[in-house]
Amino acid sequence: MNSFKKLWNWLDQRANLNNLLTVALKEPIPGGPSWSYVFGSGLIFIFTLQALTGVLLAIYYTPSADHAYTTVAYISKEVASGSLLRGIHAYGSSAMVIMVVLHLSQTFLWGAYKGRREVLWLSGCALLTMILGMSFTGYLLPWDQKAYFATAVGTSVAGEVPFIGDLIKRFMRGGSDMGTLTLSRFFAAHVLFLPALIAGLISAHVYLFRKAGAAGPFTEDPVTPKSKMGYFYPKQLLMDIALAAFVIAVLAVIAATYPAELGPQANPADTQFLGRPEWYYRPMFQWLKYWNPPYTVIGIMVIPAIVGALLAGAPFLDRKLERRPWKRPLAVALYAFVLGGLAFMGWQSYRDDDNMPTVKAQIIAQDEETQRMMATPFEPQLEGTAHAEASPAQLSAAAETGKALFMRNACFACHGQNGVGGRGPRLIGIGSRMSSDQVFELLRRPRAAMLAGGMIPSPLKDDDLRALIEYLKTLK
Amino acid sequence: MSKKCCSDDHQHKHDSESQISVQDFLERRSFLSVLIAIGGAVVTGILSVPILRYVFHPVFAKTTEIGWSEVGPSSDFTTLPKPVKKVIHVEQLDGWRKIISEKAIYVSRTAQGELRVLSPICPHLGCPIGWNDDLNQFKCPCHMGTFTPDGTWVSGPPPRGMDGLDTKIANGKLYVKYEYFRSLSPKKEAV
Repeated sequence: MNSFKKLWNWLDQRANLNNLLTVALKEPIPGGPSWSYVFGSGLIFIFTLQALTGVLLAIYYTPSADHAYTTVAYISKEVASGSLLRGIHAYGSSAMVIMVVLHLSQTFLWGAYKGRREVLWLSGCALLTMILGMSFTGYLLPWDQKAYFATAVGTSVAGEVPFIGDLIKRFMRGGSDMGTLTLSRFFAAHVLFLPALIAGLISAHVYLFRKAGAAGPFTEDPVTPKSKMGYFYPKQLLMDIALAAFVIAVLAVIAATYPAELGPQANPADTQFLGRPEWYYRPMFQWLKYWNPPYTVIGIMVIPAIVGALLAGAPFLDRKLERRPWKRPLAVALYAFVLGGLAFMGWQSYRDDDNMPTVKAQIIAQDEETQRMMATPFEPQLEGTAHAEASPAQLSAAAETGKALFMRNACFACHGQNGVGGRGPRLIGIGSRMSSDQVFELLRRPRAAMLAGGMIPSPLKDDDLRALIEYLKTLK
Repeated sequence: MSKKCCSDDHQHKHDSESQISVQDFLERRSFLSVLIAIGGAVVTGILSVPILRYVFHPVFAKTTEIGWSEVGPSSDFTTLPKPVKKVIHVEQLDGWRKIISEKAIYVSRTAQGELRVLSPICPHLGCPIGWNDDLNQFKCPCHMGTFTPDGTWVSGPPPRGMDGLDTKIANGKLYVKYEYFRSLSPKKEAV
């Protein structure tokens, strides 16, 4: 007996390993292994992959509005293999959604929700919503323009819910506006709350699956299968591992070829930016365009609730044990209609953007800006006590005038001596976030939130205001 | 083989497969097991290299580094009858941030006219050393250690002279690299 076997037996006598492995691997599959059954374990693999890469991202990430963007840029541009791992995690969310659709479709078309599998099916539906919650919360974390405005749109949609919409919106945002509290909440949901729920639900899902047994081919009786039993090990395991290897290889190639994007830092003052959600949220985004007051409630609540109830209720509504898809035309047609409708609306959303010249131009401009930001080298975030004084002699004449105006008009009272540290928003780095004209516009006509914070429309002459902006641009 | 129907738990269904022993079940079909092992190795392999590089990044890359600080035009320091105190802005890289802090240094020249930039931190216990015009000496206020204008130890408990900092001249400006040194040691060692 070799030493590995000795060690194994030693452990087995104490931890019952053989028994554990047998329970795990000797899962009976009526009719034997098949490529149709790989999607469930595909999901477990991607979840594990997301958990692993997510933990790795947390090594360098900081969930605060002040630092999130810089730390993600640091991961993407400085840390060895950071761009690759972030890419695998970011594209992994898309892989997760694709795999979920495959798994759901296979289960649905095979009628594998039938035969005492109601609880198993419901736990799967709960997992589906958790996964959508994960991609929604994760999308905000890089805190760039795309992330910020996609989340602003998403949380606004929640605000349309009648009666309690505003409450939901403020709960999600951690206040009426998006800010650092929104980021903290989304972070906690994304890395602590939802993953814990998902891990628990996956355990329940797998337990219930093993209790009910694999349903096997759709010609099979869902309660008492008659075909010869095959086993999970080794053939099904091999197929599952082949899928895992395929998924990780594809993700790695995509992440290496198209690095995960990081656009300009979130800038709430930007009124131009077009927020667009990830591709898998596009159908919902398009759907909401069709529903205007007073019918909004039908579009965002009634119909989604009906579709959700039909989906979750499938095993309760469709109680016959017949599983062959062609013998269940209504169920299959409904499923194909919903999935096809979603695909169609997603396509429409992209087409609509493409058909409106101003929108198209803005989106192209935003993409170009993103590419520019990604090409610039990483710039560490300045912190400390002596920001602007570090190079007082380098100010241009206009900036000198601007500095004097900054002091004389007591801008510093709120924004701090060097554009940081007061109760007002920090001004350092404003030159890289906004154009001079945008700043000019904001100073002349501050937004409501700024006015509420005590900002006043600038009474300065145009020339002086330009000089002031020259100075503001030197604050770094 | 019982032909009993309607048991909803088909794990208990008897067929030839379920009769084999645990060991045999796990050990058979060795060709497929090899493929499984290869598949597992591919997945692990693709992931492990970037993960190790990523996790060990700060071990191999300089993530906390003090840069060169500008002291002033080098022409200001061509002749120095006595040491001058300068406040510099030290930029320290700290991962993804850069911390700027103000530090005092002394610029001085040796009797031979060699430029020396001195850290004002006493090598004894780290008190800030001051310049005493009347004595024409540096004097530490804590334990009365004294040093010559170029930082050489004269008297008192400090185990070595004042610590010189690395300097360079570029584009007509004097730059210094601010550092901290181990106290109480007769040898100058950066910490």
